[in-house]
Amino acid sequence: MDQAKSMVDKKGASRPFHVNNGQSQRGVNGHVAVAANGSCCSGGGGGSAFGSSTGPGGSSGGGGCTFDSMHYLHRGDDAECNGSPAKRCRLRRRTESVRRSRPPFPWFGMDIGGTLVKLVYFEPVDITAEEEQEEVENLKSIRRYLTSNVAYGKTGVRDVHLELRNLTMCGRTGNLHFIRFPTQAMPRFIQMGRDKNFSSLHTTLCATGGGAYKFENDFRSMADLELLKLDELDCLIRGLLYVDRVSFNGHPECYYFQNPADTESCVKKPCTLEDPFPMLLVNIGSGVSILAVYSENDYKRVTGTSLGGGTFLGLCCLLTGCETFEEALEMASKGDSTNVDKLVKDIYGGDYERFGLQGSAVASSFGHMMSQDKRDSISKEDLARATLVTITNNIGSIARMCAVNEKIERVVFVGNFLRINTVSMKLLAYAMDFWSKGQLRALFLEHEGYFGAVGALMELLKTTEDP
Amino acid sequence: MAECGRADSSSTTHTMDKSITLPPDEIFRNLENAKRFAIDIGGSLTKLAYYSTVQHKVAKVRSFDHLGDPLYEISEQEEVTARLHFIKFENAYIETCLDFIRDHLVNTGTKVIKATGGGAHKFKELIERKLGLKVDKEDEMTCLIRGCNFVLRNIPHEAFVYAKHADSEFRFQTTHPDIFPYLLVNIGSGVSIVKVESEDKFERIGGSSIGGGTFWGLGALLTKTKRFDELLQLASKGQHASVDMLVRDIYGGSYGSLGLTGDLIASSFGKSATADKGFSKEDMAKSLLHMISNDIGQLACLYAKLHNLSRVYFGGFFIRGHPVTMHTITYSINFFTKGEVQALFLRHEGYLGAIGAFLKGAEEDNPNQYSWGENYAGSSGLMSVSPEMNPMQRARSGTFDMLEMDRLERQLVNLPLLQDPSSYIPDTMDLTEDALAREYWLSCFEEALDGVVKRAVASQPDIPEAIERSEKFRQKYRHKLQTLRQQPFAYGSLTVRSLLDTREHCLNEFNFPDPYSKIKQRENDMALRYYQKAVKSLEQLSWEQRQFALVRGVLAGNVFDWGAKAVSDSLRPALLLQGPPHKCALFFVDNSGVDIILGVMPFVRELLSRGTEVVLASNSGPALNDVTNGELQILTERIAAMDPVIQAGLRDDRLTLVQSGSSSPCLDLSRLDKVLAMVVRERQTDLVIIEGMGRALHTNYYARLSCESLKTAVIKNSWLAERLGGKLFSVVFKYEVPPGKPSQEDSSAPSTPS
Repeated sequence: MDQAKSMVDKKGASRPFHVNNGQSQRGVNGHVAVAANGSCCSGGGGGSAFGSSTGPGGSSGGGGCTFDSMHYLHRGDDAECNGSPAKRCRLRRRTESVRRSRPPFPWFGMDIGGTLVKLVYFEPVDITAEEEQEEVENLKSIRRYLTSNVAYGKTGVRDVHLELRNLTMCGRTGNLHFIRFPTQAMPRFIQMGRDKNFSSLHTTLCATGGGAYKFENDFRSMADLELLKLDELDCLIRGLLYVDRVSFNGHPECYYFQNPADTESCVKKPCTLEDPFPMLLVNIGSGVSILAVYSENDYKRVTGTSLGGGTFLGLCCLLTGCETFEEALEMASKGDSTNVDKLVKDIYGGDYERFGLQGSAVASSFGHMMSQDKRDSISKEDLARATLVTITNNIGSIARMCAVNEKIERVVFVGNFLRINTVSMKLLAYAMDFWSKGQLRALFLEHEGYFGAVGALMELLKTTEDP
Repeated sequence: MAECGRADSSSTTHTMDKSITLPPDEIFRNLENAKRFAIDIGGSLTKLAYYSTVQHKVAKVRSFDHLGDPLYEISEQEEVTARLHFIKFENAYIETCLDFIRDHLVNTGTKVIKATGGGAHKFKELIERKLGLKVDKEDEMTCLIRGCNFVLRNIPHEAFVYAKHADSEFRFQTTHPDIFPYLLVNIGSGVSIVKVESEDKFERIGGSSIGGGTFWGLGALLTKTKRFDELLQLASKGQHASVDMLVRDIYGGSYGSLGLTGDLIASSFGKSATADKGFSKEDMAKSLLHMISNDIGQLACLYAKLHNLSRVYFGGFFIRGHPVTMHTITYSINFFTKGEVQALFLRHEGYLGAIGAFLKGAEEDNPNQYSWGENYAGSSGLMSVSPEMNPMQRARSGTFDMLEMDRLERQLVNLPLLQDPSSYIPDTMDLTEDALAREYWLSCFEEALDGVVKRAVASQPDIPEAIERSEKFRQKYRHKLQTLRQQPFAYGSLTVRSLLDTREHCLNEFNFPDPYSKIKQRENDMALRYYQKAVKSLEQLSWEQRQFALVRGVLAGNVFDWGAKAVSDSLRPALLLQGPPHKCALFFVDNSGVDIILGVMPFVRELLSRGTEVVLASNSGPALNDVTNGELQILTERIAAMDPVIQAGLRDDRLTLVQSGSSSPCLDLSRLDKVLAMVVRERQTDLVIIEGMGRALHTNYYARLSCESLKTAVIKNSWLAERLGGKLFSVVFKYEVPPGKPSQEDSSAPSTPS
């Protein structure tokens, strides 16, 4: 754990503001870290309360621990927890928490989407010695397990670079960790909750996203856990505004692309989301939801489209045989969509002047693929790129129409489709700028896919404050 | 006769044999006089347009200089009328077709062929070489819009709403008098969204690269299926839920707070990233179809909303004649607008480009100054090439589809007295939606066919080949009836009127312009002999008795079973002549003979005597035994010679004869002669009388006028009588006063006595 962290810190220090450039995306989540945390730690007032040295000791080892292995690991704990000293301990913890009007640890917020589960975990770093002593074993092991690993099982990942450090929530100081794993792994996750006897911790598990409804029964019957189900759009907005407010370890959460029209000089620029309303919020997960947000509690879902991240990955898998999002993006980064798409100039020989259409505009996505010859000679990379461009441009086009219809000039794109996906972000930035003649600006957020989970966590802290 | 084209070429389908023998005289008709060619070459279909003149017989009547027997002379003269031909065929036949045209084009001074469509440049050289015409390219979108304006303006029931699960899949729209503004969503390989504000003003306001090409290209990659319509066939058999991530896959059910049902697609192809097994081609094609249709529908709605447009027409090869795509697009539009916007489709959508290119080339003839009418005899009708719609014609390739439009002699406009022209529907019963009624009338027309054939032959006793022509007519019309049985929507809403009109078109097609001419002549002659006597006896009656007799007279030509009850019931509306006289009455007349001479004329006489001006509207061309304008001119002159009241009316211009602009036994008040409309307006017409089954019952029974109106007929069809809750020979006497206008009498309720 210490090793891992120091490595992270070093990397972070050497590249204080890491930007994915779309080329070196592979493996970004476990190792390449991120986010100016070094400077934050040294400069911030609370930095001294939290450092690599104050982390919980006795690491159970590096990464590579799977959910399954964890489940074996905690078999022993289960038996121990059922003993009466533990029971007493739990009771005390609960009363104390209520007294402090604060929910008992652990603090989780969960967003169970169609493809990914997003989990945020608040790791308290201001634990007193007394607390440390009283902390039940399985709670401790959860904390250790989550904070000392960057990967869980084959598919769970902690986005270390997104970690929010030294955060004060509900009077406690700690780090907010961002973890994701495929929704397909949900049954195993629930099983783990059962095996760890999670229900004994008497925490409220706040969950949002469709899976909160879909898996509610499984949580109850398999792990004896009751979910507090929350609306995903409420959570999304609340989480987004919160993260923007607390900032990304002292840096702006929000950014945009300067010179989106020019690939050479197009660069990422941080910016603030001051006076954020009204904003058009485009959440690109498996599918897409588009919201017009007028204040934290006043918003409407304008529309949505089923052509989203799930469509990109699904089509890529069918067309190229790839298996992961990272793989699909990697291929797309090397491809050329103009071998797949029919451009205006392919049809008209140049610009279609009568309608002011540039020759380089896409006239028909996958249009070249109507021809057998071209189908036979096309590369997987080109197909992946065309899929990415098609889906992205379509989202851009719908978002732009909604912005015009709703008379909103600020368009914020979030969702995990944008993770390590600079190609799409730049395309969206360009599309907003070009078609609106500079009227619209596309904004992006560093914690792109995690706001729902953060919003769910905040609900946890809110509900228990007024019992 | 496109049907022959299909039959002949079906044997060579799929082989794309370019040396097929066309039944060319059936397909490329009237080529000898053809001029002003235009061609629209798309990705798979070629549409050819040309203008020709057609010589056919018309019945003419001419008054003899002397009085005597017979009343007037009937002759059948050759007349030349203008016709537009549009033919659609697969690109594979383009060379054969060009050869045929070259061989049969007897020079017309044509030097140029207008061309549009994506394939125009590809075949430019071939066309120029084969035809010796210079290819003149026209902008695709401009042609499309021009064509669209043209069909919307000239073809009633051009636009329709598609409802897959309704009793009638096609719900045809009445043509709005003002066709602008509208949104045209053209789904070719990409999508263009065009806002059309007037004939010349249109703008591409948006588009999308996800269109028909995406369905085809991506579909071919995913399913290894090459042809577009094969992909559609696959899609129609598939289940998208195995490929798409639905709301219920994420939520386990619906997303209640947003009103998103579980069936809704949350992520297209969302399951294909995680599934460990492959998908069927059908399922993938279906998922793709939904994805693309929904996306286009959504964009169309966003643009419609932004520009505040409610009329949205869809076209392009993605739509063309494919129920599958019409259904998914309709579904999408309904979903995204919550029913506020309807997806509209066009019967002749495939021809728009060719029509537009043709119009561009024919600007000096100014085709837009005329009214045009679809010729039912020469047009194939909707879905004639769609295999799933017509299992009898299994051939997909090698089919020829045709549209012919006749230039009408007169420009047609709305009757100014229609209360709400945009909601006016001429026809009383839509047989497309009423299967029972459809079956009855189709059988009825089939059974009557022998009689019509006999009558047609009898009308040309001195022409030996009339029998042969009459048999051709029989075949043609029977085939039309068979087609309509399978595809009731082929020519728009199926109505008694369209069945009658189709028969008239087919009779004309085989040069039987007026089978009833001799009968009409005889009956007119007879009735005239009784005119003076009838008028005299009417004059001797008391005022009230006379009203009885006049009403009876109007119906007399038809009435045999004239019960006392009916008479007394119909008396009330007869009192409409009791109050202050009307300014001007417009009378749509029906039959020749007793009806017009002994029924209508005495009534006209009474109106004139009361100081009411009268406009008599009769058919421009013959239909059944209806009196034509030509005949009525002669009859009125004759009557004027006997009757000073009529004579004075004519002399003082208080009795006017106008033509309706129609050659149908029925009446479409939204397509009337412009002159008629003008006269009606000038004379401040405040009473409209519509007479006869065809005009007052099959059509216009529910028509609402802005002035007083009287619809009167005798129901001579027992099935219809029963349908309307009466008996055979019931009398319809429907007197209506528009809301807000003082009635002549309190009782203005329609009476349908039995």
